[in-house]
Amino acid sequence: MSIAWFKYSSPATFYGLAGKLVPWFGWSAGILTLIGLYIAFFLAPTDFQQGEAYRVIFIHVPAAWMSMFIYMVMAFWSAIGLAWNTRLSFMMSRALAPTGALFAFLSLWTGAFWGKPMWGAWWVWDARLTSALILFFLYVGIMALWAAIDDRRRGDKAGALLILVGAINVPIIYFSVKWWNTLHQGASISMTKAPSMASLMLWGMLVMAIAAWFYSIAVALYRVRGIILERERQTEWVKKLLEARS
Amino acid sequence: MIWASWNEFVAMGGYGLYVWGSYGAVLVGVVLEIVLLRRGQSETLKRLKRMQTWEKQ
Amino acid sequence: MKSRHKKLLAIGLGVAGLGVIAALVLNAFQDNLVFFFSPTQVIAGEAPKDRAFRIGGLVEADSVKRDPDGLTVRFLVTDTAKTIPVTYKGILPDLFKEGKGVVAEGKLGEGGMFMATQVLAKHDENYMPPEAAQALEQAQKAQATLSQ
Repeated sequence: MSIAWFKYSSPATFYGLAGKLVPWFGWSAGILTLIGLYIAFFLAPTDFQQGEAYRVIFIHVPAAWMSMFIYMVMAFWSAIGLAWNTRLSFMMSRALAPTGALFAFLSLWTGAFWGKPMWGAWWVWDARLTSALILFFLYVGIMALWAAIDDRRRGDKAGALLILVGAINVPIIYFSVKWWNTLHQGASISMTKAPSMASLMLWGMLVMAIAAWFYSIAVALYRVRGIILERERQTEWVKKLLEARS
Repeated sequence: MIWASWNEFVAMGGYGLYVWGSYGAVLVGVVLEIVLLRRGQSETLKRLKRMQTWEKQ
Repeated sequence: MKSRHKKLLAIGLGVAGLGVIAALVLNAFQDNLVFFFSPTQVIAGEAPKDRAFRIGGLVEADSVKRDPDGLTVRFLVTDTAKTIPVTYKGILPDLFKEGKGVVAEGKLGEGGMFMATQVLAKHDENYMPPEAAQALEQAQKAQATLSQ
């Protein structure tokens, strides 16, 4: 077991493994998205108070979940990277950041397009929206920090520290609707109570959420391959790989 | 079937702008990410290859 | 202790420390994180008097009245304990309804009348088709008559 882990934590092996996994996750994400959209637009019923406007939920919630989850994964890799100095962990967190930022942006955008017709405002400064905006800024800040530091190792470490410090924001986002009074409604799905959604609505949202997971995995693995090549270009295996291409 | 016609589907009960405005943004975002990623990857490969041939000389 | 364990411990302690700091900061700013005040809080004088703030609660049933100009709306906001009268001139959000959640921004005027400059609807996290909502309502009514 531990031997297998060591094997795959070597960038050379992981490069190949990631290459094999990308199409699987990519195509699964595509198919799940189609199923999810079919449920979202053709099976899920109209909502009793929000009418058709609630259909934004099928992308808003998966995007928001993903933006928080990717951040936690980045925090995990950063902690591992700082503790064990493993090369691959920092590469993973660099590969995840742009996708996390995209989902954070999309959760804000779709939220605005949902808030305007339902609440009557594109944006309000309540605790949930503000902490979600901070998450987006964190992503942008982390990527800017990486871009600003030329020395890769120092950039990795500085980025990892910022990621870990910022991780405190994720539980704040999640619990903001409980801790403070907000305009944003509470969670429809949680560990402590039965979901407060009709089952087809719930299924549509869950399928879209899994699709977002698979998409993120596919994109991050694809991106990490580029990062691996770049960082390992002095090694024999990359030289061989490049020679084989032409 | 929920929708009686194509127009009804597009209108989304009067919320078409907001629903399609959200889904449109997601589509643009995802397509953009994939395109940029593929382009970035092929550029990286080309650049590394160039560097390699240059280093050999 | 191995150096990597020391490092891990340092990171853990650092993150825990930051958590504590964040909790303290948030606690200190608690008041600013309050998005709206309830009618009870407003009547108790907890809301700011000299600047605009928001009140939140439910629109009391049968309280929405429109002035003849067709734009000015008057309604009562309640938290079931206390109520506050609100006047607002402008377009209301689609989800603004009697018995539903509302958040209004404005200032407290003379006679305790809240002059709103913006009215937002606050909806809950329940999503279901109209038939299900109707069935639920009927079930609740039946339960209410039974318990009487």
